[in-house]
Amino acid sequence: MTAFLKLLARNRLALAGLVMIGIVVLLALLTPLLPLADPDVTRTADRFKPPFSEGALLGTDHLGRDLLSRLLWGTRLSLAMGLAAAIIAATLGSAIGIIAGYFGGRTDNIIMRGVDMLMAFPYILLALAIVAALGPGLMNALIAVAAVNVPFFARNIRGITVGIAHKEFIDAARLAGMRDREIILGEVLPNVLPVIVIAMSTTVGWMILETAGLSFLGLGSQPPQADLGSMLGEARSALITNPHTSIVPGAMILIIVMGINLLGDGIRDALDPRLKSGALSRPMAATTVDRQGAVPAARTDSLLDITGLQTEFRVRDRQYKAVGGVDLHVKKGACLGIIGESGSGKSVTALSVMGLVASPPGVITGGAVHFDGKDIVGAPYEVLRALRGRRVAYIFQDPLATLHPLYRVGDQLIEAIQSHESVPRSAARARAIDLLKSVRIPNAESRIDSYPYEMSGGMRQRVGIAMALANDPDVIIADEPTTALDVTVQAQILSVLSDLRRERGLAIIFITHDFGVVGQLCDSVAVMYAGRIVEQGPTGAVLRNPQHPYTSRLIDCVPTLGGGQRKLAAIPGLPPVVDNLPAGCAFAARCDKAQADCRAGQIDLLATGPDRRVRCLFPENVTEHSI
Amino acid sequence: MTDALKLTGLSKSFRVGKRSFGAPWSYVHAVQPLDLTVKTGETLGIVGESGCGKSTLAKMLVGLLPPSTGEIEIEGAVLDNADPAIFGKRIQYVFQDPISSLNPRKTIRQIMEAPLRRLHRLGKAERAARISEIFAAVNLREEFLDRYPHEFSGGQAQRIGIARALAARARILILDEPVSALDVSVQAQVLNLLADLKQEFGLTYLFISHDLAVVEAVSDRVAVLYFGAVVEIGPAREIFANPRHPYTALLAQSAPEVGRPISAPENAGVELPDPLDPPKGCAFNERCAFATDRCRRERPALTGDRGGREIACFNPLDPAAEV
Amino acid sequence: MTGYILKRLLSAIPVLLGISVIVFAIMALIPGDPATAILGSYATPENVEKLNRDLGLDQGFVARYFIWLGNMLQGDFGRSFALNRPVLDEVLDRFGATLILAGSSFLLCSLLGIAAGVVSAARQYGLADKAITFAVLLGISIPSFFLGMMMILIFAVQLRWFPVSGMWPIYGDRNLPVLLDHLAMPAFALSVVATGVIARLARSAMLEVLRQDFIRTARAKGVNERRVIWRHALRAAMVSIIPILGIQAGFVLSGAVYIEMVFQWPGVGRMLVDAILKRDILLVQGGVVFIAACYVMFNILVDVAQALLDPRIKT
Repeated sequence: MTAFLKLLARNRLALAGLVMIGIVVLLALLTPLLPLADPDVTRTADRFKPPFSEGALLGTDHLGRDLLSRLLWGTRLSLAMGLAAAIIAATLGSAIGIIAGYFGGRTDNIIMRGVDMLMAFPYILLALAIVAALGPGLMNALIAVAAVNVPFFARNIRGITVGIAHKEFIDAARLAGMRDREIILGEVLPNVLPVIVIAMSTTVGWMILETAGLSFLGLGSQPPQADLGSMLGEARSALITNPHTSIVPGAMILIIVMGINLLGDGIRDALDPRLKSGALSRPMAATTVDRQGAVPAARTDSLLDITGLQTEFRVRDRQYKAVGGVDLHVKKGACLGIIGESGSGKSVTALSVMGLVASPPGVITGGAVHFDGKDIVGAPYEVLRALRGRRVAYIFQDPLATLHPLYRVGDQLIEAIQSHESVPRSAARARAIDLLKSVRIPNAESRIDSYPYEMSGGMRQRVGIAMALANDPDVIIADEPTTALDVTVQAQILSVLSDLRRERGLAIIFITHDFGVVGQLCDSVAVMYAGRIVEQGPTGAVLRNPQHPYTSRLIDCVPTLGGGQRKLAAIPGLPPVVDNLPAGCAFAARCDKAQADCRAGQIDLLATGPDRRVRCLFPENVTEHSI
Repeated sequence: MTDALKLTGLSKSFRVGKRSFGAPWSYVHAVQPLDLTVKTGETLGIVGESGCGKSTLAKMLVGLLPPSTGEIEIEGAVLDNADPAIFGKRIQYVFQDPISSLNPRKTIRQIMEAPLRRLHRLGKAERAARISEIFAAVNLREEFLDRYPHEFSGGQAQRIGIARALAARARILILDEPVSALDVSVQAQVLNLLADLKQEFGLTYLFISHDLAVVEAVSDRVAVLYFGAVVEIGPAREIFANPRHPYTALLAQSAPEVGRPISAPENAGVELPDPLDPPKGCAFNERCAFATDRCRRERPALTGDRGGREIACFNPLDPAAEV
Repeated sequence: MTGYILKRLLSAIPVLLGISVIVFAIMALIPGDPATAILGSYATPENVEKLNRDLGLDQGFVARYFIWLGNMLQGDFGRSFALNRPVLDEVLDRFGATLILAGSSFLLCSLLGIAAGVVSAARQYGLADKAITFAVLLGISIPSFFLGMMMILIFAVQLRWFPVSGMWPIYGDRNLPVLLDHLAMPAFALSVVATGVIARLARSAMLEVLRQDFIRTARAKGVNERRVIWRHALRAAMVSIIPILGIQAGFVLSGAVYIEMVFQWPGVGRMLVDAILKRDILLVQGGVVFIAACYVMFNILVDVAQALLDPRIKT
């Protein structure tokens, strides 16, 4: 709760809203105590006095009534009406929505049919019909506005409830012996409540407008009693001659609703967990570059040379150093594996190459990426764009999420071709069919017109590969391309990749967490831990004789087929969080060989043999020269 | 030794799509009628790819999904009443996604207390004592009790999930992909914890996973599921080393392994059959190199062989043959 | 696609029936003798008796509903006692004016709202985003009837750019430029709130979509940024924007009631308010059912547009 208030206070606009609405509410509450003229006493002799006249600060209306007094009493009434309508609608609507969403099935069907019926009316028609039946009047307008808004809450809350009702913790509660009523009140409601509060805070303003609207039409509060809407309605006939009688109540409505909207947005932002982590910002076309220090030169003349790459995520005042200085290089036609657990920085390294790290919050803060001899970190957007997909192509993890759901796969392939080459559509289509054939998609001629949702996971990933191949790139960066697939499909995809690589002389950077896959596909491998490479070398040598304790413990953790029932080796503890890395070796806290020196300071990646490097003061298996 | 769990003819089908004007509903048979026993103290591994029905099976066993046909016998008592509260004291469930199985708005203590209060009606002091006992068993510090789920890593959250299952005092645990959301270094910690708990409390496990090597490492026996049906059951140490059903062989061959060259073990492009339009006969026949006309006509039943293995195949592989 | 349209049309039938039941039920809430309520307290006993017979008011609720429904299906919406003419004639006369006002407003708010939302999202936290966000906040906070009144004061009375009110001049030609001259202010005033709401939701839909993996894929294959925003992202965002347009059409139609009052626009909204104040129940009943039915039909168009956009919606 205090965290919520803090978040709200940080939002200056919301604070402004809070102040606006606070003053208005305070005035409304104090109205009966203030020395005001009676709002309903008419004095026709004093009609249409302008503002700032003697005895009437805001002037008088067409019946000579004091406008200030009427304004404050009217504000009081409008606020009360709007709030009451919002509370009634939110309570009823949420109850209906939760019941429909939680029970699902037939209950849901019947309730939601009814709600849909009500929503089939433009809302004012329903309100007008209710007022027509019950007769004009304040209470009837209130009932009408509340009733009209019930379906909006019901539908909104039902959607949220359905999502929650399918969460595993609801199943867990059921297994813990809780009944439906207890689950709804104890498990569902606390999770739905923030959404109800958000929905209410963003609709209270709207309800005040609606009740004022009905009064404006003469269907709400009846004379002589006034709310802001009826004041405006009565003033309308004198709009041209005496505009102040209209402007006074109108401006007050504007202030109230604006204040509520500002505050409501603030409440929404403070309660929405996604906004807290800054996750609702959209990534820009290329990752922001904020390089400090000199740009390192390429260390090798390889096709792709990554030197001292540093990428971090800046969330609020924290800096997560996802990649903390990585050196890698890929020669033409070679296959490099990058292996690591989640959070080790392997994907971020790969995405940094073409500036595809989501930014904000990602920032490349150091190092260089030389492609074909030129540094492309911070290169102009058009330079990067021309390289993306043309020279360096990507294959991503989840093939359902990475293909555009609304375009045919053929169109997506053709677009990949035409982004870099002006070829007529028919020629591009013919090439797309060839590409689909090259990844062994059966019936490529007809499959090209399928949508992604019509394909299986394996087929979609083949399309992903075909798209990466579209412009005959030099390097393909594959970011866990088989992780989302079943083993039998994974085997098929790996075989396609392996064949293509040989046929086309592709260089591949293959990111994975699976030693088996690296062992089968890659020539060399880099092991990452907490944003840095801890070990590097030819695949066979690294897997057979791991030199870094992390590599060797990790290999021991992974069960391999054929070992039978057994106890597995485990690494105690957890990987460090990269916004607070220890000095020295990041693995020291989990390592059984760690000494004081390990925690003292920076440890470099040192060569321990031809092509082999390790970031450890006490490497293992080094004496064996069986590389 | 009695059977901890005995399933007879258990099946589940879901109605799918919308019915247009009097046409019959279409059904997807997520789990075909299935007989299975799990002995007390045993770990039965269930392995299969996505869509093979393994999670549906698991949910039926704890009463979260009512079966379409068949019955479930737990420790000798038939449970015909699909009330999770009754199931809950005998059999518990550990979820795949450890974070989403914990209510984000409750403290760990509230989460742990629910089964103690609802299922066992324990008083406040008894609950506290029992929770410390369980937390000690799963190596969690008691200071965690007053924190909220989002403060934990996946591995810790999974320990909490296991602790909650233990709190119900069930002797059978259904472990539904308990480590597949975890990193390998943490995965081993959780698997070892599960093995220790089994020893300590004399538990019976049904361990569901898509990872062959993990299943092999923890199970006594393994059942291979394909398209909603068991195609092969056998002792863990033999079933993948010496598969008899061609599908088991395909799985074993597909698992990536250091040092084995990449080869596509079957026709490229053939994947799971469409559940709305299941193939006639053996569900695997389209992907099988040994399929005959009979396989395309009839569905093979699960039958035992001499080596304690059960296979649903007309042309099983030779037990001596190399993979 | 034809199959889908037919199916949606068929599914509209129960909705239309539901609407008629709801309206009928609400009208049954009227306290006292319905015939007196309909004809007013000065009605002659003969007229009351005739109406009772025509509407089956001496019968039960269900029977009355079916008589009413049957009459409506034959095009007989009853007779307005205040105007002394058939309800349907009056509604049809007025509906054209409302359609012109609401239709042009709807077009305006859809185009402006979506464009503002896309630009705002593409330049998140930039100057354009901040300006749009502020304008939107102002737009959704100002009551449309107050905005309309202020516009009359400024643009009609002070600056004399537009006529004060009405759809046509009392004397003079009735042609398109004249109509547009009269339409400009009310259409704009009516569209402001909906523009704001659409811009807000379009912005958040775009932000949501721009974070999706397939946007990264498009960028990774070298598609230029303008195309990424206006083709890839907007198309996917339209899936959530189109239903909003459907809902906002209802809000525009609702707001038209106020705007018609402020600008003396001869539409159905004003007719309904007058009818309520005069207790002309049959006119209210008929008007509400007619407009609601039109709105249901419009929503079928929205659904069809959605199905054309998203192939995953199966026929």
